[in-house]
Amino acid sequence: MKLQTNTNRRVAISALLGGAALCAIGAGCVTINIYFPAAAAEKAADRIIDEVWQLKGGVPTPPATGAKPDAK
Amino acid sequence: MKSIILKSLLLCAALLGAGQAAAQANLEINTPGIAAIQGSMQRRHGELAPLYASGAVGLTRDGNVALRDPAAVPLAQRAAVNGLIAAENQDRASLYREIARANNHPEWEGDIRNTFGQRWIDRAQAGWHYQNATGAWARK
Repeated sequence: MKLQTNTNRRVAISALLGGAALCAIGAGCVTINIYFPAAAAEKAADRIIDEVWQLKGGVPTPPATGAKPDAK
Repeated sequence: MKSIILKSLLLCAALLGAGQAAAQANLEINTPGIAAIQGSMQRRHGELAPLYASGAVGLTRDGNVALRDPAAVPLAQRAAVNGLIAAENQDRASLYREIARANNHPEWEGDIRNTFGQRWIDRAQAGWHYQNATGAWARK
């Protein structure tokens, strides 16, 4: 009986450790492989340029080259 | 036992999914720091706009502004214009750095600067000057 409990506990611990390891590996991959979000950066740049140059409702501006037009 | 593993995996997936969604959607630009820099640049633009139009100041490839044609600025105003350019470039450097930091990727600063450099030029008004890919001045 006691042996059974110990085994159960050991399995529980290894399951938790395994889960933690998977999490760590997954999080590590995301952190390392994250790419620079060029399209999002262009959108952010355009929003700031609109404000700084006061372009909203003014002169029409050419769309970003390579960026997908996004529906609003 | 299985439920523990299942729960931890589900939690993991949720966390990773949220992280990736955040990375792919929009960049965070709504911080007090960024708003302050933006306001400062917006106020300065009133003084810079005529200098862009006259060709005295141009947009550089690296997301800055530079004195392109000193002769277009009367001598008496040259120091003031140089001051404007220095202040603008300082704000722009802070802006690029703050956006990178607000998105928890300080290493993106250079990429953000390049993106802005391209967009400032793409969206410049006709007649304004900018540096082309070879670094030479061109007129829109």
